[in-house]
Amino acid sequence: MQTKLLSEHYDKPEFQKIDGYKKHGGYVVLAKALKMDPKAIIEEVKASGLRGRGGAGFPTGTKWSFLPANGEPRYLLCNADEGEPGTFKDRLMMERAPHQLIEGMIISAFAVGSKKSYIYLRGEYDESRRVIEGALKEAYAAGLLGKNILGSGFDHDMDLYMGAGAYICGEETGMISSLEGLKGQPKLKPPFPAVQGYLRKPTIVNNVETLAAVKYIIRDGAAAYRKYGTEKSPGTKLFSVSGNVMKPGNYEVPLGITLKDLIFNVCGGLKPGRKLKAVIPGGSSAPVLNADESMRATMDYEGLAQLGSMLGSGAVIVIDDSNSMVDLLDVIMHFYHHESCGQCTPCREGTGWLSKIVHDIRHGKADVRDIDLVKKVSEQMMGKTICALSDAAAMPAISFVTKFRDEFEQHLKNHAGSRESGETLHA
Amino acid sequence: MFKLSPECDAFIKKESTRYETVHSAIIPALFRVQQELGWVPPEAVSHISGLLKVPDSHVNEVLYFYTMFNKEPVGKLHVQVCTNVSCAMNGARELHESLCKHFNVENGQISKDGKVTVSKVECLGSCGTAPMMQVNDNYYENLTTESAIRKLKELGA
Ligand SMILES: Cc1cc2nc3c(=O)[nH]c(=O)nc-3n(C[C@H](O)[C@H](O)[C@H](O)COP(=O)(O)O)c2cc1C
Ligand code: SF4
Ligand code: FES
Repeated sequence: MQTKLLSEHYDKPEFQKIDGYKKHGGYVVLAKALKMDPKAIIEEVKASGLRGRGGAGFPTGTKWSFLPANGEPRYLLCNADEGEPGTFKDRLMMERAPHQLIEGMIISAFAVGSKKSYIYLRGEYDESRRVIEGALKEAYAAGLLGKNILGSGFDHDMDLYMGAGAYICGEETGMISSLEGLKGQPKLKPPFPAVQGYLRKPTIVNNVETLAAVKYIIRDGAAAYRKYGTEKSPGTKLFSVSGNVMKPGNYEVPLGITLKDLIFNVCGGLKPGRKLKAVIPGGSSAPVLNADESMRATMDYEGLAQLGSMLGSGAVIVIDDSNSMVDLLDVIMHFYHHESCGQCTPCREGTGWLSKIVHDIRHGKADVRDIDLVKKVSEQMMGKTICALSDAAAMPAISFVTKFRDEFEQHLKNHAGSRESGETLHA
Repeated sequence: MFKLSPECDAFIKKESTRYETVHSAIIPALFRVQQELGWVPPEAVSHISGLLKVPDSHVNEVLYFYTMFNKEPVGKLHVQVCTNVSCAMNGARELHESLCKHFNVENGQISKDGKVTVSKVECLGSCGTAPMMQVNDNYYENLTTESAIRKLKELGA
């Protein structure tokens, strides 16, 4: 079931260091890529159908071709801010296979003609920082970064930049603001980063996993990469599985695997005596699936879209019948309220209200109308803001109260009486 | 007069030319101050702005936007327990509460002996090994209350 492309050598400690990495074919693909025409690399990535692994699933080759076709300086930014609750795949890759990311980045930089890149790393990932810093030093010492890489005439510098604790800096324009030394607030699009990004220069932002996958597409060719996955979701994907499964962890499988297989075969199923209640299939921003939907879901972009959810970052949170959906929504709404950057009124106010209403429902200080209010507030938060965080908060809220309406009502009944008189959110 | 170590000043000066704009040195400078003092006191802000030649307000803006900067002193061991969804499902909130009780502190408070601060935080990207805590720079995973307390004792709590 598992198909290890990116994660093939995770279990070998030597893979962390350049010598061990080279023993397993490291930097051979870079040498091959540097002899190719950059345009041909972009075409190969396009043909592979690779879609961004950071959350939005945008086709990578298409994004790259939005860059202006002039000699203007451009930047490549690797999004290693990994903050979507439930996601821990990028951390593992950076700790176990840092050179794989660096090689993928140099190839990508060469393809798009960038002389400078940054890895924007989530501030809390100190172990990743130590490993990446070491790997960058090794790569410079080996002439794989800097001037005239492997005698190709291509110059490229790569640096590491640490974030400082803000989920919103995972949003690409928030990340750009942060890297520019400002508050990490997103910027209005258009202009898209490919046209005007870091320091208003053309900029490509890609996730860790996306950039590492480029290496394998160039190594094996687009057709070979397409052997995995589906027509619209080619390739393998790293899934971070957490919650109530026997064997939580990161698993690389071909896209298109059924969620049932992933949970019950790859991850060892649920704890004895437990029943599946729900699954959040793509990080906490993805609409929740009930048990029935979960058993029908295929883990690819189109399959989850059909069920009204999304693949997101590939963070699968498995929820068994020991959990209260009211409780979990309260936790999730608290998170979005905490992380809203505050620029847009629907998001700033909406996440605050959602957090408060759901909290009150959980503590029985609300009535049935408040369940509808969650939906109403959420609907007013969709598609109205600078970035997608507002939608990311609204989507789980709507899906929880719609699909688990009975449980929300029952919860209120069970907690009736704890509401203080006159205390209601309705005017 | 507020002072930092000469190494710290030298580091900040060096960072000021590392990136395309001097502003990008603010985050690294704040991290370095925090490494030296355990937190970022208000006086450090004008000190940094003096070294980088940027207005105080720019440094403050960055300082207050990001959660990793301690705007108040914290204990020698800053214990951060993730209570986001996957961890909450695996007993993280109970772990956080037990640790608060054990060290006799409220969330975010420093223990009387100055050794420990226990805080609730959002997802730390360690969801498959829940519950977990970050103590200063390091992660400790798959915890029970007992194993967490044992670890913290080993670390000097
Ligand atoms: C609120 C929010 C948070 C995000 N967090 C991340 C993140 O932590 N890591 C990431 O790679 N992408 C994140 N994204 C998606 C990025 O904006 C961007 O689409 C992505 O980095 C592009 O890379 P890709 O095309 O390779 O996926 C986030 C988006 C939003 C709206
Ligand atoms: S939607 Fe929310 S997080 Fe995004 S820019 Fe607006 S206020 Fe900030
Ligand atoms: S939910 Fe706790 S580390 Fe991710």
